[in-house]
Amino acid sequence: MRVRSVLAGFAVAATLALAACGGSNGSNTGSGAPASATSITGDVSVFAAASLTESFTQIGKDFEAAHPGVSVKFNFAGSSALATQINQGAPADVFASAAPKNMKDVTDAGNADGTPTTFVKNQLVIAVPKGNPKHITGLADLVKPGVKVALCAAQVPCGAAANTALSAAGVKLTPVTLEQDVKQALAKVKLGEVDAALVYRTDAKAAASDVDGVEFPESAKAINEYPIVVLKGAPNRAGAQAFVAYVLSAAGKSVLSAAGFQAP
Amino acid sequence: MLDAHLVVERDRFRLDLQLRIDSGEVVALLGPNGAGKTTALRALAGLQPLSAGYIRLNGQTLADPDRRLWTPTERRSIGVVFQDYLLFPHLSALENVAFGPRSHGLPRRDARARAAGWLSRVGLAEQARARPRQLSGGQAQRVALARALAVDPALLLLDEPLAALDARTRLDTRAQLHRHLAEHPGATLLVTHDPLDALVLAERLVIIEDGCVVQEGDAATITAQPRTDYVARLVGLNLYRGRASEHTVHIGPGFTLTVADAATGEVFVAFPPAAVALHTHRPDGSPRNTWPAVVTGIQRHGDNVRVQLAGPDGIAAAADVTPAAAGALRLDPGQQVWAAVKATETRTYPA
Amino acid sequence: MRRPASGRAPAALLLPATLGLAFLVLPLLGLVVRAPWATLPRRLVEPGVLTALRLSLQTASLATLLCLALGVPLAWLLARVQFPGRRLVRALVTVPLVLPPVVGGVALLLVFGRRGLLGAWLSNTFGVTLPFTTPGVVVAEAFVAMPFLVIAVEGALRGADARYEEAAATLGAGRWTSFRRVTLPLVAPGVAAGAVLCWARALGEFGATITFAGNFPGRTQTMPLAVYLALEQDLDAAIVLSLVLLAVSVTILASLRDKWIAAP
Repeated sequence: MRVRSVLAGFAVAATLALAACGGSNGSNTGSGAPASATSITGDVSVFAAASLTESFTQIGKDFEAAHPGVSVKFNFAGSSALATQINQGAPADVFASAAPKNMKDVTDAGNADGTPTTFVKNQLVIAVPKGNPKHITGLADLVKPGVKVALCAAQVPCGAAANTALSAAGVKLTPVTLEQDVKQALAKVKLGEVDAALVYRTDAKAAASDVDGVEFPESAKAINEYPIVVLKGAPNRAGAQAFVAYVLSAAGKSVLSAAGFQAP
Repeated sequence: MLDAHLVVERDRFRLDLQLRIDSGEVVALLGPNGAGKTTALRALAGLQPLSAGYIRLNGQTLADPDRRLWTPTERRSIGVVFQDYLLFPHLSALENVAFGPRSHGLPRRDARARAAGWLSRVGLAEQARARPRQLSGGQAQRVALARALAVDPALLLLDEPLAALDARTRLDTRAQLHRHLAEHPGATLLVTHDPLDALVLAERLVIIEDGCVVQEGDAATITAQPRTDYVARLVGLNLYRGRASEHTVHIGPGFTLTVADAATGEVFVAFPPAAVALHTHRPDGSPRNTWPAVVTGIQRHGDNVRVQLAGPDGIAAAADVTPAAAGALRLDPGQQVWAAVKATETRTYPA
Repeated sequence: MRRPASGRAPAALLLPATLGLAFLVLPLLGLVVRAPWATLPRRLVEPGVLTALRLSLQTASLATLLCLALGVPLAWLLARVQFPGRRLVRALVTVPLVLPPVVGGVALLLVFGRRGLLGAWLSNTFGVTLPFTTPGVVVAEAFVAMPFLVIAVEGALRGADARYEEAAATLGAGRWTSFRRVTLPLVAPGVAAGAVLCWARALGEFGATITFAGNFPGRTQTMPLAVYLALEQDLDAAIVLSLVLLAVSVTILASLRDKWIAAP
């Protein structure tokens, strides 16, 4: 089962990426029309951090149900890759980043319409295989002999957060690998190749059937804020504004908090 | 000594060949294309499995499908000269010849010394370092022969060894090959479709057609008394089969020959094309064998002209006439002529 | 390489050929144009660059040796031995070509991972684990690159005259001797071409490597991984790394091409 779910995950990711690349949002909406819940139509293209995959997919469905005739297309990927794509001119309506830094790349390039809003916070947990076979209770346990740890690479937000937390705890850790993104780090735990990985609480929660999330106090020092913004070149500006509003609404917040995110 | 009964069955072809070759004897396997010559050679070499029969070489059974016996090629004491030689292109002449001795376990140095010896025996000491593509056709043939002989094979197999050479080289190479085959102490089988190669190189000829032996014997017997059209053509004779009673042989309903040798029963009648005279009108006088025929083809044949004839009952014959005679007769295809053969020019032997 | 004196290339071929060349070369040109030439020397001597480059060259070369040792006999089997299911085997050999490398990496984990089919046994019996190690990189690269070698060598073997092997057999050579002394030298150009392709593919390998061997500088971080992670933060750094990888590989390939597979 584990095998299948991991493979299926890759397949889904690939499909979404293709759908996003195929980009459907043309000029099918009147850009001059006022942004009202009743008048929006067409596709809303949302570029969102990979850690938002499960919750945003749900929010997208709810949003489509609330606005018949609207279709939300997601492009889930690493925040920095998304920022690069947006700055290279990818046609997107909304950008939801897993880190302020990547959002700053977009706003600095003048591609944001207005000021980004922080809509959730996420913090790290120690993901361990189900049942916690190595009895890991905190960061200090990660340096015990025979414990293999995967971290995200320092270049990606979860890696930067992990380094902050580890130095706050005074733990000098040599991981066996520095993964390219949080899902890869989690996959290594799921496959049993490592004994622990520092991942976001939401990721651990989404994989709750295979991994347990161990909370640790130092994670408070490395809280990650998620900003969201409507993009300047948004082909469907009205739709984009409605979607952002929906994410910030009570309905959106309840989906996000169910996924393990904290309110900002 | 080789004692073999080769049976190979493939889709629509069956080879069934009894073959005995004494040590030191050279036998030519002669036959038209598709007769099964190469199949027989490959079966002896172990490159083609037998369907039935056996192969015994110097008392050792190499193959016997009924007893599930099979010796792979590399463990047979054989040497093969392939039609296109198959010299290894990446090895020098010396290394090509040394390949066999080395594969038989000789140390590199000894194998090379042996190869050098063989190369000088075939007159190619100078070419030892040459790659095959730098050798002329005749030289390549000699390297191939040296390579095959360098392992002292109990059975030497040659597949059309001279076919790839031009006429002049062929003459020289044939003479040299003759000498080397005569010196070879093992049995030799020469596969060829060239009667001259067979007659010069071999002591005994085995002629096969459609996978079966049609005639076997020494050169003199076969050239004098061919038993199939193919053999007759090979040795350049007109050949007919018929029923003899005394000096008359009935070949077809409308075709009877009078012969010099009295015989009874099924016989062959053979006579050379040169014995056939052509006339525009039915000749009178001494020749008792005359028949009307139509000219079907005219070619140069040495100093003469060979005329192909179609006689009664579609019976074909070849006639050799001088160019002067051909001119006088004003021969053209389709022309009606009379053919005549003296009884004394014919040979008759039991079928 | 000489053109026949009368040969003028027809436009119907010349035009698409030129377009094809442009299509292949323009992205390269993009990298060169966009490269931060001013800071290039400083960036080149950064320790991480040379470490990743050395690791890439080492692992690609080792992977090629591994592919030669296993792939040439496999190609021989496919080209020379009749056995039931040969077509299926030939199709299976090409699977790594169509499999997304990331999936290949997961598949490798499922076999050679700590809990994998063979990996568990290797780990328990010999204490050997491949994931997150340099040998793991070699395995991942070999898995992805081997089909290139097998296909090239099998093609060469099919093109080679099998009767030379028969000739070798009549001279007393067993199949192994015949393979070693006749077949292999005859197909040497094909083997060399296959090895070069294989090496190039191994050098550029990313997906299977990062999935199976992870990413750790000096141990498993090859150039493509370094490029990918540099992209997360610093486009210029990524371009520099890409150019280094390109320059080194093109130099090596060009020199090998002249030496090994020069036109006869």
